[in-house]
Amino acid sequence: MIEIKNIKKSFENRPILKDVTTLFEKGKTNLIIGQSGSGKTVLLKSIVRLIEVDEGEILFDGRDIRKMNFNDLKKLRQEMGMVFQGGALFDSLTVAENVRFPMDMFTSMSAGEKNKHVDFCLDRVNIKGAHHLNPSEISGGMRKRVAIARAIALNPKYLFCDEPNSGLDPVTSILIDNLIKEITVEFDITTLINTHDMNSVMEIGDNILFISNGENGWEGNNTQVLFTRNKKLNEFIFASPLSKRIRDLRQREDDE
Amino acid sequence: MRVFSEIGSYFLLMYRVFSRPEKTRIYWRQLVLEIEKLGIHSLGIVAIISVFMGGIITLQLTYNTSSPLMPTYLIGLGNRDTLILEFSCTVLSLMMAGKVGSNIASEIGSMRVTEQIDSLELMGVNSASFLILPKIIAVVFISPILFILSVFCGIIGGLIAGPLSGVVTVAEYMGGIKTAFVPFFVTFSIIKTLVFGFLIATVPAYLGYNVQGGALEVGRASTRSVVSTSILILFFDLILTQLLFK
Repeated sequence: MIEIKNIKKSFENRPILKDVTTLFEKGKTNLIIGQSGSGKTVLLKSIVRLIEVDEGEILFDGRDIRKMNFNDLKKLRQEMGMVFQGGALFDSLTVAENVRFPMDMFTSMSAGEKNKHVDFCLDRVNIKGAHHLNPSEISGGMRKRVAIARAIALNPKYLFCDEPNSGLDPVTSILIDNLIKEITVEFDITTLINTHDMNSVMEIGDNILFISNGENGWEGNNTQVLFTRNKKLNEFIFASPLSKRIRDLRQREDDE
Repeated sequence: MRVFSEIGSYFLLMYRVFSRPEKTRIYWRQLVLEIEKLGIHSLGIVAIISVFMGGIITLQLTYNTSSPLMPTYLIGLGNRDTLILEFSCTVLSLMMAGKVGSNIASEIGSMRVTEQIDSLELMGVNSASFLILPKIIAVVFISPILFILSVFCGIIGGLIAGPLSGVVTVAEYMGGIKTAFVPFFVTFSIIKTLVFGFLIATVPAYLGYNVQGGALEVGRASTRSVVSTSILILFFDLILTQLLFK
C-alpha cells in the first residue's frame, strides 16, 4: 500500500503538483490518468523519489520515503520495479542479461538459478527465443514486456509503470494491460500505472486517480468513471465522438 | 556564480562515484569492458598519430635548427624530449579528450535521456558509481600505457623519417636518443598523464550525467565535454609544469 499526503512540487515557481492526496491499494492496479502536462509523470517520479517533492508525505506501508537516508532508500528501491515509458533497457546488454541484471546486483543466486529465474520471468511475459537479442533488435511491444520481466525479477512489492502502452498498437496494448493486471494479482503487488490510454482505464482500472492541473480531479474505479458527472473528467475521457457514442450505448444497455 | 555551482556539482558527483560499490565482481567486469573500449581501441590511433608526429618533429627540428654549430645527434635528442615532455602526454591527452571524452559524454548522456540511469537508480544501484568509476579507473590505468606506446612509436617515426629523407643517419639519430636522458622527465610526464586521464574520464562523465532534454542536448554535452576537458588539460599542464619543475 502506498499513501501520499498533500504532495506539492514546483519547478522554477511554476506549481506542477498543487496538493495531491490519495491511497494506492495492494493487489490492485491503481491508475493515474490525466492530460499531457497535467503532472502525472512528475507525480509518479516523485513517489519513487526520482524527483524530490517540496512538501508532503509518501508512505510505503508506513515508511516515509522522503525521510530515508541513501542506504535505506536503496533498500526500499530493491522492493520496487519500474517500467519506463521507453522501456529503459540497457543497450549494452542482451534481453536475458537485462532481466538478470537486478539478480546479479542484489542476490547471491548461482548462475544456474539466475538463468532459471530469467527463463521464468521471460516466460511470464510470453517472450521466447529472444534471450540473446539486443534491445535494438526487438519491437516496442517486446521491449515493454522485457522491461516488465526485469521489473518483476526480484519479486517487487511495488510496481510502477509509466505509460506502458505508449507507441503500441491496440492489440499489444491490451496484452500489456492484461499482463500487468495478472502480475499484480498473482504477486499481490501495489501497482501504479501512469496512462492516458482509455482502454487501460476501462479494462484494468481498479482504482483511478484523475489529475487535473496538478490536483486530485477525481477518484473512483472503471465502472464509476463511465457515469461520472465530473466535467473535466468527462471532457478527458469522452474526448472523441466515438467514445461518447460507446458511453451512450453502454448507458442504454444498462437502462434496459 | 554558475562556474562555482558546476564545480560544486562536480565534486558532489565524485563523492557518489567513489562511494562503496554494491557488488565488486560486477564492477570488475565493467572495468575490463571499459579498458577494452576506451583503452585497447585507442591503441591503433595513438600508434599511427605518434609515428607521424615523431617523423614530423624530426624533420622540423632538422630544417629549422640546422646549423654547422649544432651536432646532428641533437635531432634525436630533441625528438625524444619533445615526445616525452609534451607531445605524448599533453597533445595525446587532448586527442584522447576528443575521442574518449566525447564517447563517455554521449554514452552517459544517452543513458540519461532514455531513462536508463533512472532505471538503475530505481533498482537501488548507485548509478554514478556503477557507470563512472570503471571508466575513471580504465582511463587512468590505460593513460600511462598509451604514453609509453606513443613515445616509442614517435621515436620509431623519427627513425624512419630522418634517415629516409637523408637529414640524419640512423647512428646519429640513435646517438641523440641515448644522449642526456633525464629519467625524471618520464616520471613527470606519467604524473601528468594520470591527472589528464582523470580529467578525460570525469569531466565528460559529469556533463553526460547531468544532461537534460534529448538528442540535441546529448550532442551539446559531448561538444562541451571536449572543449572543457581540453582547456582543463592545458590549465593543469601549466600548473603541473610549474609545480614539478620548480
